[in-house]
Amino acid sequence: MNKPLRRIAIFCGLLVLTLLLRDNYLQYVRADSLKDDPKNRRVTIARYATPRGDILVGGDPITGSAESSKSGVNDLKYKRTYKNGPMWAPVTGYASQAFGATQLESIEDGILTGDDDRLFFRKTLDMITGKEQQGGNVVTTLNAAAQKAAFDGLKKRGGKGAVVALEPSTGKILALASYPSYDPSSFAGNTNDDAAAWKKLQKKYDPADPMLNRALRETYPPGSTFKVVTAAAALENGKYTSADERTDSPLPWVMPGTTTELKNEGNIPCENATMRVALQYSCNTVFGKIGSDLGNDKMLEEAKKFGFDSEQFTPVRATASVFSDDMNKSQTALSSIGQYNTAATPLQMAMVASAVANDGKLMKPYMVDELQSSNLDPVAKTEPEELSRPLSPKNAQILQDMMQTVVEKGTGTNARISGVEVGGKTGTAQHGVENSENPYAWFISYAKLPDGSSPVAVAVVIEDEGANRDDISGGGLAAPIAKNVMEAVVNAKK
Amino acid sequence: MSSSTNSPTHHTSTIGAIGAPSRRNTELALLVFAVAIPVFAYANVGLAISDQVPSGLLSYGLGLGLLAGVAHLAVRKFAPYADPLLLPLATLLNGLGLVVIWRLDQSKLLQSLPNFVTAAPRQLLYTALGIGLFVVVLIFLKDHRVLQRYTYISMFTALVLLILPLVPGLGANIYGAKIWINIPGLGSLQPGEFAKIVLAVFFAGYLMVKRDALALASRRFMGLYLPRGRDLGPILVVWAISILILVFETDLGTSLLFFGMFVIMLYVATERTSWIVFGLLMSAVGAVGVASFESHIQTRVQAWLNPMREYELSRQVTHDGILHSDQLQQALWAFGSGGTLGSGWGQGHSDLIRFAANSDFVLATFGEELGLAGVMAILLIYGLIVERGVRTALAARDPFGKLLAIGLSGAFALQVFVVAGGVMGLIPLTGMTMPFLAYGGSSVLANWALIGILIRISDTARRPAPAPASSPDAEMTQVVRPS
Repeated sequence: MNKPLRRIAIFCGLLVLTLLLRDNYLQYVRADSLKDDPKNRRVTIARYATPRGDILVGGDPITGSAESSKSGVNDLKYKRTYKNGPMWAPVTGYASQAFGATQLESIEDGILTGDDDRLFFRKTLDMITGKEQQGGNVVTTLNAAAQKAAFDGLKKRGGKGAVVALEPSTGKILALASYPSYDPSSFAGNTNDDAAAWKKLQKKYDPADPMLNRALRETYPPGSTFKVVTAAAALENGKYTSADERTDSPLPWVMPGTTTELKNEGNIPCENATMRVALQYSCNTVFGKIGSDLGNDKMLEEAKKFGFDSEQFTPVRATASVFSDDMNKSQTALSSIGQYNTAATPLQMAMVASAVANDGKLMKPYMVDELQSSNLDPVAKTEPEELSRPLSPKNAQILQDMMQTVVEKGTGTNARISGVEVGGKTGTAQHGVENSENPYAWFISYAKLPDGSSPVAVAVVIEDEGANRDDISGGGLAAPIAKNVMEAVVNAKK
Repeated sequence: MSSSTNSPTHHTSTIGAIGAPSRRNTELALLVFAVAIPVFAYANVGLAISDQVPSGLLSYGLGLGLLAGVAHLAVRKFAPYADPLLLPLATLLNGLGLVVIWRLDQSKLLQSLPNFVTAAPRQLLYTALGIGLFVVVLIFLKDHRVLQRYTYISMFTALVLLILPLVPGLGANIYGAKIWINIPGLGSLQPGEFAKIVLAVFFAGYLMVKRDALALASRRFMGLYLPRGRDLGPILVVWAISILILVFETDLGTSLLFFGMFVIMLYVATERTSWIVFGLLMSAVGAVGVASFESHIQTRVQAWLNPMREYELSRQVTHDGILHSDQLQQALWAFGSGGTLGSGWGQGHSDLIRFAANSDFVLATFGEELGLAGVMAILLIYGLIVERGVRTALAARDPFGKLLAIGLSGAFALQVFVVAGGVMGLIPLTGMTMPFLAYGGSSVLANWALIGILIRISDTARRPAPAPASSPDAEMTQVVRPS
């Protein structure tokens, strides 16, 4: 009987060997993919097991961490808190135990939780010394005073809108506000209250869509503010070489290939006006004809140099603004005054203002200045990066000159700041079928200090459903907010 | 050590009476480790979970130590030549199981479940009862060959045990498998665990008698010895019963275990490979046949093939009338998250498995907290127990003892394979538990009884042959040794 016994012994050995092999497969070969599977609850547990690192503005955290509520079973130890959440929400995004993370909270999650490989040394040290893993910090480029001015301005207005402010010389984002906004603290946990707060914020239940980041993710027809791009195209392509050269602009002007006259707002002196005057009064006929004369390709080329038609990563993704190709002359004319298919994010229009202010050099916009480990050692620093050169320095000077005229004695007088040169452009963009809906009020501008440096460029858009239609003009609604934001930055520089 | 003769002088001893060493001290030394390791593990869990040595450490350590000591003394007294490894290995597994069960008792998530009970004290009680049963086996089963007398009573008992879960009002359907019975006031019982032992006794007794007929009367066909038609009877009956278990109790594991055990014992008894071939064919036919119409089995197979889909379904409201469970996927995540070295005692999240985390899925907690290294060690301990069992079968001098030992060891190995393989996603899940590690009174009691029987057989096997009766001419054969 011993021969079959020995064979059974081998068989039992094989059973155990099979189990060992399977275990090696599970716990060695597949270990990492199982461990990091986002559906594996442990990933979430680990994320909230230690206090999250903070997002900093001007050295002060705008976020925090608190122990989760102890009621019921909650395996997630810490939850996110936000200081002045609605104001900073477009910057931070949210990190919720129940609903995941977005924007900066999601993109820099590795640093904030301390899991990032760049924190490996720190992590190992903590492990050896038995300390809890600590998250690093994300230092943003934002300016608290500018952000407050932007958010308060939008809030006072009460409708919907967004503000973006940039530092032209570097591309640093100084303000990024969207209204209406939401408090990411309200649903940071995973209780029923959090779920109710989250539900209430969804577009289905709140038509104002407070969770939409209008500064980066919503595109609006830019209206007359786009004339700055058209003027830049005219200068760069040598169509006109100075602000005060008379343009070839008949009035009334019928768009090529159509029988439709392009109208101006009111009775303004646009016939053969110089570009300075045309920008000052916001002549549709002059810039429409420039666009039409230059043609789709040249306009598109210039628009792309300003950043149109590509997504921006700040590192939070901004939707691509649109300037179409394959348009006929009349469509190009309409597009060149910021109508037809043209659509821009507030960030995009702030980039336009900033490129003009920075003598024609467009810097890549960014909002993360530095990543720090938990003991404040720098882990990574963002260096300013040139994105493109939409204008030569000489042409940039000409355009600045024109934009300053707008603020001095044109449509943008509401943005004047004493002792500071301000250049700007208003916009009132029509939208809706047959322009049935309220237009958007735009204002883009920059400030220039006496020493010639430009600390801030800003774009403001207001979609004000409550306002009287006639009242809406970029100069009336948007320019005061832009002024306050620029003042906040300029005052900080003094 | 034991030249157990009654020779008249001190200068002489009888040849052949010099026996194998009893190895009892080896067993004692190993037992010290088998108790110390779980005690350290217990302290470790307490430190990890609440930063302090658990208050029950002393009583727990003393309790386990005492139980091991009692078992050891019983072996020393009643089975002095027994295999020295079986008791320490079983004690170690039982101790580690207790630690993990206590560790899962601390989980807030499990505590919040509606049918939560503090399992560790009960398991400690079961362990005490189990070791009690072990001692009882050693005391009253003086010779395992006695069991041979109960061959047909065993068959009857086994059938009753297997049918019990199907008796209305007694049987309990827990998550689809009907392998439990409810005894009012006592809790639930898994009769299959006991049936395993009783069936092994029956098979051993039956095959010992019939082996010659089954082995010799056969025809040769294509290199295989085909049994005569009428000799196919027994295997067909056992096969049919296994199929009936599968159909009515819907438990693949129990069914596979019993049939597998029978095939192993049949092969050993007859030394005919053809039985293995038949056995494999029949189990394949049976399993596939039943799975083709039994929806519970189909669900298990689906869950095995695609655990992630089952996980997703378990989180939705489904209207297919099937209870979808995320357990397998949760167990796989637990194993994966443990990685090579594990998260450490008390620091994993295997409680996410929720239901049956401390019983059917107990291995997943080892996987997560002790890692690949820990699970390999556990599997090797099981392998060692099986190996000692097979060795006992090899050493046994009587065919009944050989068959019984290989039957019990083979069933043990199959059970470990079926359960561990199920939890690790190697084969479809079944409703059985890891011997000694898992929470459950039936399992602990039955397996201690199983170890008791193996120890009894190994004692008989390793015991030195009885000295010849002192004959009048002993003087003639004495050996003179220099003094």
